[in-house]
Amino acid sequence: MRRLTLALGALALGATAMTEPALAQQNEQFLPALVYRTGPYAPNGIPFADGVADYWTLLNERDGGINGVKIISEECETGYATDKGVECYERLKGKGPTGAGYFSPLSTGITFALTEKAPGDKIPLLTMGYGRSESKDGAVFPWNFIAVGSYWTAADVAIQHIAKELGGMDKLKDKKVSLVYHDSPYGKEPIMALEARAKVNGFVFKAIPVTHPGVEQKSQWLAIRQDRPDYVLLWGWGVMNSTAIKEAAAVGYPRDKMIGVWWSGAEPDVTPAGDQSTGYKALMLQHGAGKFKVHADLEKFVVSKGKSVAKDDFAQVLYNRGLLNSMLGTEAIRTAMKKYGNKPMTGEQVRWGLENLNLTAERIKELGFEGMVGPIQLSCQDHQGADIARVQQWDGKEWKVISGNYKADLSILDPLVKEAAAKYAAEKKITVRDCAKES
Amino acid sequence: MFYRETGQFKSSYAADMAIFPIRQDRIALWVVLAAAFVAVPLLDFFQVWPFGGEYILRAILIPFLILSLAAIGLNILTGYCGQLSLGSGAFMAIGAYSTYKFCTGVHIPLELFTISIPPLPVLPSILLGALMSAFVGILFGIPSLRIKGLYLAVATLAAQFFFDWVFIRVKWFTNYTSSGSVAAPDLVFFGFTVTTPIHRYLLCLVFVSIFALLAKNLVRGNIGRQWMATRDMDIAAELMGIRPLYAKLSAFALSSFVMGVAGALWAFVYLGAWEPLAFNIDRSFQILFMVIIGGLGSILGSFLGAAFILVLPILLDQVPHALGVPVSVETVSLLVFVVTGALICWLLIVEPRGFARLWSTGKEKLRLWPYPY
Repeated sequence: MRRLTLALGALALGATAMTEPALAQQNEQFLPALVYRTGPYAPNGIPFADGVADYWTLLNERDGGINGVKIISEECETGYATDKGVECYERLKGKGPTGAGYFSPLSTGITFALTEKAPGDKIPLLTMGYGRSESKDGAVFPWNFIAVGSYWTAADVAIQHIAKELGGMDKLKDKKVSLVYHDSPYGKEPIMALEARAKVNGFVFKAIPVTHPGVEQKSQWLAIRQDRPDYVLLWGWGVMNSTAIKEAAAVGYPRDKMIGVWWSGAEPDVTPAGDQSTGYKALMLQHGAGKFKVHADLEKFVVSKGKSVAKDDFAQVLYNRGLLNSMLGTEAIRTAMKKYGNKPMTGEQVRWGLENLNLTAERIKELGFEGMVGPIQLSCQDHQGADIARVQQWDGKEWKVISGNYKADLSILDPLVKEAAAKYAAEKKITVRDCAKES
Repeated sequence: MFYRETGQFKSSYAADMAIFPIRQDRIALWVVLAAAFVAVPLLDFFQVWPFGGEYILRAILIPFLILSLAAIGLNILTGYCGQLSLGSGAFMAIGAYSTYKFCTGVHIPLELFTISIPPLPVLPSILLGALMSAFVGILFGIPSLRIKGLYLAVATLAAQFFFDWVFIRVKWFTNYTSSGSVAAPDLVFFGFTVTTPIHRYLLCLVFVSIFALLAKNLVRGNIGRQWMATRDMDIAAELMGIRPLYAKLSAFALSSFVMGVAGALWAFVYLGAWEPLAFNIDRSFQILFMVIIGGLGSILGSFLGAAFILVLPILLDQVPHALGVPVSVETVSLLVFVVTGALICWLLIVEPRGFARLWSTGKEKLRLWPYPY
């Protein structure tokens, strides 16, 4: 009923908007949202999409947009399918006065496909914490921004946390670490970094694939019961995560020896498994669940006015990640406006903004994100900007942060990034940018 | 009245054996070809509605053409030769991955000698990739000599799952990329790089036109009649002197070849970067539905089916937004499922033999107009 009223209200709004002169539409920034509110990954797709939308609404309601440029947005349902994602991208990329500012597909598969299209259309891809790990190298991937963290960062931090629990890096030797992963580009990404780590630290690494969508993983967990690894890393998404936890409980594998990636560490992943989830650990893409200063503003300007699309996912892990994603994107637009003026930005200008984005601790505090994310600075060469992550644990009711920040070991990861990026550049015959020459 | 062929006398054997014996059909064909080859590029050049931007070309026409090609491939096998196949996705995947391998160079070190093929240009790669697909099609077609109908469908389903597994597991096919997702190299044809949507569209159009014409020509000749005889009653066909081995395997080979080309185009032209999920069992079903809805045993039906299954949901998806009705995206996408499903049911009740049959009924009506009976 509430939705219907909302719909009717919006209809009335839309009708009034149509009568306004077309001139007003010129000062609007169009931001597309590729979402999946249906399908097997919907439980995780919905809170993220809600966070993304609510932050944009907040900027419009509180500040009247970005430096006075109002944000207009449109969602397109991808269902996590790559071909549908490509169709949505084509549908949305040209809308608004300057076209789409940036895209955040929230799917590694769609990210891979769009990576091929974005340079031609001159639209940046903001893939926060997912996508091609080697796209950290901005010289080869000018249009990809894997801000905040890559899967290789995650893999490295997970191993560091295991070492800390064991009591030192040298204790990793001859230990067994297994990776249960979603059998797709998403799940396969960390393997390379984990193999490199295994070589350095001397642990036995085993990768165990789970077929999409991940509801069937009995045999994998029976294999784990037989093999008895010391730790299990979980690289799942959607319904696969809760299934993994249930299966682990069924074969008696201790949940506190399981560490999920930051896409396996939200409320929809643990609550379906009930008490069985207690003790399960997951990485944090810096932030976790909970309310911060920005949430007070959200409650004041968005929720209380009935403009929030969120239901009970407000301030959950993935909702907060959606906020963070929108914050990075809009701050990049703000950075770009400093150079190009306070008007709607084109994708190319947003790309410049992303590349020159410098979120200091002070600015993050101003934005109300203090405690959720640390300082991030992107550059021509570095499209990631941060290499830190924390670990949280589910205590049956909520996520508790149980560690400080780990910094990924760049002496292991950077050569991997360089090698993979060079391979991509050679295969696609890309002329690598010389970042020393660009301002 | 509109479709009456009265007065169209055939004065030579060639005229009698033409692919389109009726003049109206020939005119219609030329009109469609002219629209596709001339009008669409012109409209795109002048950015006339609805060709403003690239959306129509890149998101609707290109995938429509490629999936029509895949549907033609399956129609040869299922529609004309009567061999039910659920392996379309696998054959498309073989086409895509083989093309990728030929494009990036094949290197297989064996004990005695090394197979080494330098990176080939795109066009020979596509054709070689399609040949690989045809070869695998023949292999998986062998069971069809013993088993029929649903049992054969299960055997082709095995092909589907086997190749899903192969392209996920065997890293050689993806050139050892860390993620298992591969990116297509540049589309260079005779020194010309295909980048703009209109060029990509024309590229697909050329492939589709050639193969559609080829298929149309094949099915009315000796080999097509062998297929249809095998489909209608295989024992009778055998008694009449048709070799089932030859008839069935040639259908498998040709159908896989066409699907291989479609797979390569889907990966190289439409997606650009892909993973095995792009060719999973859903794709097989999608193409099978296109063939069933479009009409088994009809080349025109393949196009109509592809339009219905692919384009209709995309259009329905945009109706509420275009009308300004603010419905949330999840409601819309669920509505699209419901409406498309209902339309399929309705269509199969009204005309179980698909759009192609609707069209031929329409043709009959036009012929008798204005005095239908």
